[in-house]
Amino acid sequence: MEFFNNHKKLFWTAFLLFAGLTVLVAILPALNNQKNNKPLPGAEPLSAAAVKGKNIYIANGCVACHTQQVRNIDMDKVWGSRPGIPADYAAIKRTDLWRNTATLMGTERTGPDLTDIGNSQPSRDWNLVHLYNPRIVVKESIMPAYPWLFTFKKEPSKNDVIVNVPKEYLNGREGKIVATKDALNLIAYLQSLKQTKLPDGTPSPEFLYKRKQAALGTATKTKELDGAALYIANCQSCHQPNGEGLAGAFPPLKGSPVVTGDNLELYVDIIMNGYDARPEYGAMAGVGTNANLSAAEVTAIINYERTSWGNNAKKVTEEEIKKIIDFVKLKAQ
Amino acid sequence: MKVRFHSWLAKLLLAIICFFPLTILAQEQSQAGTPVSNQTGILVLAIIVLLVSLVASLFLFFRAKKMVEKIRNKKNGDTIQQFEKYLQNLDSSQIEKILQIKQKEKNEGKAAESPSTIKSVLIVAFTFLSTLFPGHSLFAQTGGTKSGLFSEGGIIITITLIMIPILAGIVLMIVKLSNMLRKHTNRQALEEADKFATYLATLTDEEATATLAQRKTALDFALINNELSGEQMPVDKKGLVSNIETEGYINFVARKKKAQKRPNIDPQLSKLIIWYFGCAAFWLLFGTTVGEYLGIKFVAPDADQISWLSFGRLRPVHTNAVFWGWASLGMLGLGFYIVPTVSNTALASIKKGWYTLILINAAVILGTIFLMAGINNGGGEYREYIWPVMFLFAAGVILTLVNFIQTIAKRKTKEIYISNWYIVAAIMFAITITVVAYIPNWQNGLGETIIQGYYMHQGVGMWFMLFTLGIVYYLLPQQLNRPIYSYSLGILAFWTQILFYTLIGTHHFVFSSIPWWLQTVAIVGSVGMVIPVLAGTTNFIMTFKGAWHKIAGSYTLPFFLVGIIFYFTGSLQGTAEAFRSTNLFWHFTDFTVAHSHLTMYGIICFFLWAGMYAVLPRLTGREAPQITIGAHFWLALIGLLFYTIPLMIGSTLRGQMWMQGKPFIESVVQMAPYWLWRAIGGSLMWLSHIFFAYNIYKMLSKNETIDVKEVALAKLVQQTTANEKID
Repeated sequence: MEFFNNHKKLFWTAFLLFAGLTVLVAILPALNNQKNNKPLPGAEPLSAAAVKGKNIYIANGCVACHTQQVRNIDMDKVWGSRPGIPADYAAIKRTDLWRNTATLMGTERTGPDLTDIGNSQPSRDWNLVHLYNPRIVVKESIMPAYPWLFTFKKEPSKNDVIVNVPKEYLNGREGKIVATKDALNLIAYLQSLKQTKLPDGTPSPEFLYKRKQAALGTATKTKELDGAALYIANCQSCHQPNGEGLAGAFPPLKGSPVVTGDNLELYVDIIMNGYDARPEYGAMAGVGTNANLSAAEVTAIINYERTSWGNNAKKVTEEEIKKIIDFVKLKAQ
Repeated sequence: MKVRFHSWLAKLLLAIICFFPLTILAQEQSQAGTPVSNQTGILVLAIIVLLVSLVASLFLFFRAKKMVEKIRNKKNGDTIQQFEKYLQNLDSSQIEKILQIKQKEKNEGKAAESPSTIKSVLIVAFTFLSTLFPGHSLFAQTGGTKSGLFSEGGIIITITLIMIPILAGIVLMIVKLSNMLRKHTNRQALEEADKFATYLATLTDEEATATLAQRKTALDFALINNELSGEQMPVDKKGLVSNIETEGYINFVARKKKAQKRPNIDPQLSKLIIWYFGCAAFWLLFGTTVGEYLGIKFVAPDADQISWLSFGRLRPVHTNAVFWGWASLGMLGLGFYIVPTVSNTALASIKKGWYTLILINAAVILGTIFLMAGINNGGGEYREYIWPVMFLFAAGVILTLVNFIQTIAKRKTKEIYISNWYIVAAIMFAITITVVAYIPNWQNGLGETIIQGYYMHQGVGMWFMLFTLGIVYYLLPQQLNRPIYSYSLGILAFWTQILFYTLIGTHHFVFSSIPWWLQTVAIVGSVGMVIPVLAGTTNFIMTFKGAWHKIAGSYTLPFFLVGIIFYFTGSLQGTAEAFRSTNLFWHFTDFTVAHSHLTMYGIICFFLWAGMYAVLPRLTGREAPQITIGAHFWLALIGLLFYTIPLMIGSTLRGQMWMQGKPFIESVVQMAPYWLWRAIGGSLMWLSHIFFAYNIYKMLSKNETIDVKEVALAKLVQQTTANEKID
């Protein structure tokens, strides 16, 4: 055929077909999306420190293992309260002359999703220890350690942010690990990662592929929720699998008077709204509220904590916890 | 009459066998009612039974029909004709015997005839068949009682268990029946033999013996083996035979066909191509050393704590080095051989070839340093090099595009061979996607993600895959020494690949916030990819047809074959991964990593190795030792399987844990053994690259082994000239 034997016609046709399809499935949708989506009214722009921190995040290729997208499927519910929408990314523009836009949505979840990490793990102390070496707080973690974001000082000054690194991670050195500006900026960025609430009246997109509740529902009625699993997911990274916490950072739950005592109101208040009353330990965030834990889930966690690691306190019921939660919620407002 | 009855019976049975399962199937459907989706298992089982019965009955039907025909023929008295046929087909020794007997008979009397009776074996056979009837009615009963409970696992298992003996029974029936039929046939044959003997005895002497004797001389004819050569001793007057091995020895390594000496190509071009291959091999070794180290980090995360070597920075170093360094340079090197060759002309500009090589190498070196120093483009996969670095790469590729098109423009063939379609298209598309991916105008917010999906997938599908297919379309037929099976299938694959592949980029972001319709288009496009993949695979496999034996004798063809197999499986796996349902448990897990290695390694790398092992000996005249080529092949293949299969299993389990809402860290712990297997597989792959690099070195190395003949001759010349001087 003449067409196949004429290189100009042949190659131009192939090129135009490809270029035409490119315009249709890539360029036009991209232009359309950037034109039609604006940031949500409640979205806060990144602080100066967070912008610098984001650059650290980009430079170290954190996106290789951490996604920042909550998909609209039920299994992604753990990473945020609603599925991501285009507006969540609308504020992200080109980084600078040299570097492209970084939505950092990622394609691989070797580590957890970070869309809402500012809510689910807001503790600066935890994040610093975890960055210095993740295995200090999460033994099974395979995340790299980032010691180059820290310096070693024999006598830190007043303004230095000291990281509570256990002795065995200091390799016999006498002194303190101090966070650099880079580390603090990176944590400022992580703390800024929070899902923006949709404006009032806007329906949130649905989570699809709901897990089958029918069979599960009947099972949960007769059986308690798995407190151990809830503890692992929500509490363990600080208070540790053995409930002993981390000296100088996170208090032990083993033998703790709050956990085993009768002041349930304080106990529930700490879980739901956080705690920062003891200077020798880091501040705790309102884990229960952030993770939207139900009364049944809080009960399961409390009962797990009251009966593990040698703790031997009376179990609590869902009814009494529900009452207290309603009460402490009012108090928080 | 009897025969009629038999055939009627056979037809009835056939009908029963065929339709019984069908009626049961109908029953099942009507009784089960609502839970249609859960019936698939039952349906499959029913279909299996139906098929088995169908095959069985067809088999028996044809056997029975054949026999009935035989009996009918006998009735009609075709026997004499049959005997004459036998007579014509006697061999020499048989004829001799007959002749001897005939000789004796001249003095003796006559033989008697034996009566023939029609046996009723057939009836027995069909009665047996009917005794198996209860088996079927039993089956019908189970079909009846299981109604309404199809969704229960226990019921399905029970039915399966019941089905097994039934199926076994059917098989047994076939075996027994066919034995019976065979016995019957044998008995008939014996009878016939009796008759034939009688017939032979009755033959009148003179005419018959004469023809038989004549036939015998004809059969006894044989050549004396020197009709053509005469009595002379063989002498190789034209030097056709070389490398004569007089001593036999055991081959520890299978001896494969040597590369054939080819008309010399331009030494300048040859040098260029060799440099491409050398650089490519370097980047393969470098890139996979980094990859291997990354694999180890999954098992030993504290292997080092140096910023330049941390996981997040090294990962793109690995992917980009093997993409732009190894695979791209390797492809281009082969392109520089193929494009001028199939155009039957010289390369337009060797100089431009060198510029491309320098530019791409510079891009990979600079890119690697930048990435390790923490300077990257923002995290989109394969787009980690910042634009000034990628600009070098693009400039290099543009130079080659011009170079190739100029070469094709001055081609001496009328047609443009299909390899050049693929290769030139791949280069055009690579430039297009790079430009689209790096122009900032449409990259704010979600625009970046849409472009990213498009770019990363076109990168692998339009640059690597298309170019490599072009290489295969030339080198595979050439290595098989036969034309490509179908030129038009290649053309079909070409256009459908452009049509469907361009659409599928966003399937990397299924369920994300990019438009739903765009995700759907990508999924549909992924399904459409079945067409070019099937067309391509069929084309390659059919080119092998009739030449499969050549694989055993060639060291390049096994690489091609593995590439083809992974082209089929890896590409279709990509289609399967794109569905929404599979995205639930596979997306974000290491399944993607396994898939990308199955394809980029299983397809692209194996094809490139095949190409280099085919082309390099033609340029240098030297081949690599077969044992190290074999080591390379097997280590790479086994390593790839060790790498991908555990990773696929582990990540499927991990995805399911996520779906069940298990704590995330448990899914990390769960992966540990699979990551270890990945590291082991990766080590084997890496080891194979050492062998590959060694092979490249052997094919290039100038210090040849001493050829005793050459050296002796040189010495002789020296001596004679010295002697002359003395004289």
